[in-house]
Amino acid sequence: MASSLRSFLRSGKNVFLVLGRRRFHGSGSAAVQQEKLFPLLHVTVRDALNQAMDEELERDERVFLMGEEVAQYDGAYKVSRGLWKKYGDKRIIDTPISEMGFAGIAVGAAMAGLRPICEFMTFNFSMQAIDQVINSAAKTYYMSAGQQPVPIVFRGPNGASAGVAAQHSQCFAAWYAHCPGLKVVSPWNSEDARGLLKSAIRDDNPVVFLENELMYGVSFEMTEESQSKDFTIPIGKAKVERQGSHVTLVSHSRYVGHCLDAAAVLAKEGIECEVINLRTIRPMDVESIEASVMKTNHLVTVEGGWPQFGVGAEICARVMEGDSRTNSPTHLKETPPCKSRAAGVWNKSGMFSTSKGWPFRAFPQKSWLSLAFHILSQSAPPFPLEPLELLTTH
Amino acid sequence: MKTMLSIISNALCRMTGRNVAARVVVARSFTDFTPQVTFDIKKCDLHRLEEGPPLRAELTREQGLQYYHTMQTVRRMELKADQLYKQKIIRGFCHLYDGQEACAAGIEAAINLSDHLITAYRAHGFTYTRGVSVKEILAELTGRKGGVAKGKGGSMHMYAPHFYGGNGIVGAQVPVGAGIALACSYQGNNQLCVTLYGDGAANQGQIFETFNMAALWKLPCIFICENNKYGMGTAVERAAASTDYYKRGDFIPGLRVDGMDVLCVREATRFAAEHCRAGKGPIVMELQTYRYHGHSMSDPGVSYRTREEIQEVRSKSDPISMLKERMLANNMASAEEFKEIDIAIRKEVEEAAQFATLDPEPPLDELCDHIFHNEPPLEVRGTNPWSKLKSVS
Repeated sequence: MASSLRSFLRSGKNVFLVLGRRRFHGSGSAAVQQEKLFPLLHVTVRDALNQAMDEELERDERVFLMGEEVAQYDGAYKVSRGLWKKYGDKRIIDTPISEMGFAGIAVGAAMAGLRPICEFMTFNFSMQAIDQVINSAAKTYYMSAGQQPVPIVFRGPNGASAGVAAQHSQCFAAWYAHCPGLKVVSPWNSEDARGLLKSAIRDDNPVVFLENELMYGVSFEMTEESQSKDFTIPIGKAKVERQGSHVTLVSHSRYVGHCLDAAAVLAKEGIECEVINLRTIRPMDVESIEASVMKTNHLVTVEGGWPQFGVGAEICARVMEGDSRTNSPTHLKETPPCKSRAAGVWNKSGMFSTSKGWPFRAFPQKSWLSLAFHILSQSAPPFPLEPLELLTTH
Repeated sequence: MKTMLSIISNALCRMTGRNVAARVVVARSFTDFTPQVTFDIKKCDLHRLEEGPPLRAELTREQGLQYYHTMQTVRRMELKADQLYKQKIIRGFCHLYDGQEACAAGIEAAINLSDHLITAYRAHGFTYTRGVSVKEILAELTGRKGGVAKGKGGSMHMYAPHFYGGNGIVGAQVPVGAGIALACSYQGNNQLCVTLYGDGAANQGQIFETFNMAALWKLPCIFICENNKYGMGTAVERAAASTDYYKRGDFIPGLRVDGMDVLCVREATRFAAEHCRAGKGPIVMELQTYRYHGHSMSDPGVSYRTREEIQEVRSKSDPISMLKERMLANNMASAEEFKEIDIAIRKEVEEAAQFATLDPEPPLDELCDHIFHNEPPLEVRGTNPWSKLKSVS
């Protein structure tokens, strides 16, 4: 609590303090870090996004932001705070509540030479406009045989929030990642948010940029390099957040944090997890996942989407089809198929419980630990799983 | 001079027994034709407008021949597409524009090539007026690599500079068109965007969302509803509670225009363009027109309307015939001139059809190209785990 307060005061601009949710992810505890190193820059994901947009608006006159409440309200989640005051009505445009209309307008503006950032208040509302994203934006470059590019970014919070019920909690990563012609990006921390948003805006293709509302207020250390105006993270490359040798945890967005927490707990038991932050859903960096699985032979995918036909399902399919099955130096190729199935994969969709209005709780430590143990010993868990887990794996 | 010629030609005729007179007549000089005529055109119905387009339109001989050439080319091209479709050389969707030529020709006559235009799927006419050759259009219909979109777009997805297709999803092009207009006003280049949709699309919700934003932000957008009286097979009275499409913009001023008269369309579009360029915001135009073919090639077009109706429009309001008769009646051109133009067009369309039939299809290794723009080449999964295809930007 004290360290939260200290960092809040230090950062100076973060108005939103989410008690109990603030985490500093680094290699040691925050308090120790602050004493040892000087000065560490802690930036919330919200501020990182804000800075990225500010810098890109300044850099290129063709960039503009449009969406509901982005201008005078400073953004529904305050992500675009201060931008309207700085850039005015021409470049920061408040739209009426007409997703299909303004998404189409943004696509048309992109076709005619501008570089719009189209904000959806949440991606749940993007379903109103999904035709414009897929049919007008994603497919046009292909159908015109390269004559008509559409350099647009669709961004907004995706997936779960706190107790907002089913209609406001869906994760759209799988839906958008299904479509060729579209890039789908899902940052986790501030560095991801900043670097990937800059890359998305500079990209000449339609990019769906999936943020997470619960991450907006979370603060992360950022290196000096990542503060530079030209700092970009390439779209299509995953990052290994934590090295390990026993099990690979693949995740994106908020759940990378969950994986790192679980890894910390498991490390005390001697299980070293390798945590991969996908960063980009499409085009997916399968090579990084395969390289990791070849090393660890065990894979768990963690995401906020529903299990059927989801991101985790795609990762499993690729790993099963791919080189790691046949080229692994250890015994993956020798294990009979049923073992790979049992050992393989588990999608965790904890947010489903929140959608139903049940109180949110983090994964119980017990289930993570036991799960990892049983995966590694290639047997089925002997105890019945808690009802939460049972219901979410359908 | 003229009588001398006719005396000589008559004498020659009697001598040779052949009708030499025909060729002699064609050698008349241009000064024999009326260079310019002012025609009365139908008055437009107005909505929220004090004044409308002028009631008289000037037509020069050159303009007349040019409009005739454009409309006749579109007509012959569409009829050739019909023929190729029935021979199964064209497959997939094919929505023909014959009957509506005056709309495309009239609109293009009133705007510049630097203005922008976007339309729905009945797009071949506009593709031509926006500068794509008949050859490239027909080759795109037959799906060959010489097509304007290299065979990858087909009938509904043809593009050209400042022409954004060709859009398959009914009504989706309307917000996109308003976005193009937003880009025009953002860049301050005094250009405008003509955004077309049909009577069927006019009931789409996204169009009303677009009207709202276009009026709010005063976008330089001309919304044009091509009302050909049928949305696929549903007559307008069965689809719309209000068939006054020019009034559906509510707070946006509107015009209802005779879409079978190229001069009417031109004058109305000029009026609308001035309105937009003066910064007054968007305007709605309804063009009352008619299509001879069914909705698409798979629709004979007679189950929801009578053959008599089609025949009546053809005989009384055909846009090409109307223009030709006007010009002949006012001695602006001769019948032979029109015939020559027809012959030249027929030849052009025939050659284009030959090319479209013989040109090879795009090579299979280009199947996955153009997924992303300005990207290094990437690998795309094929139909099975061992098949890897390449995609180049």
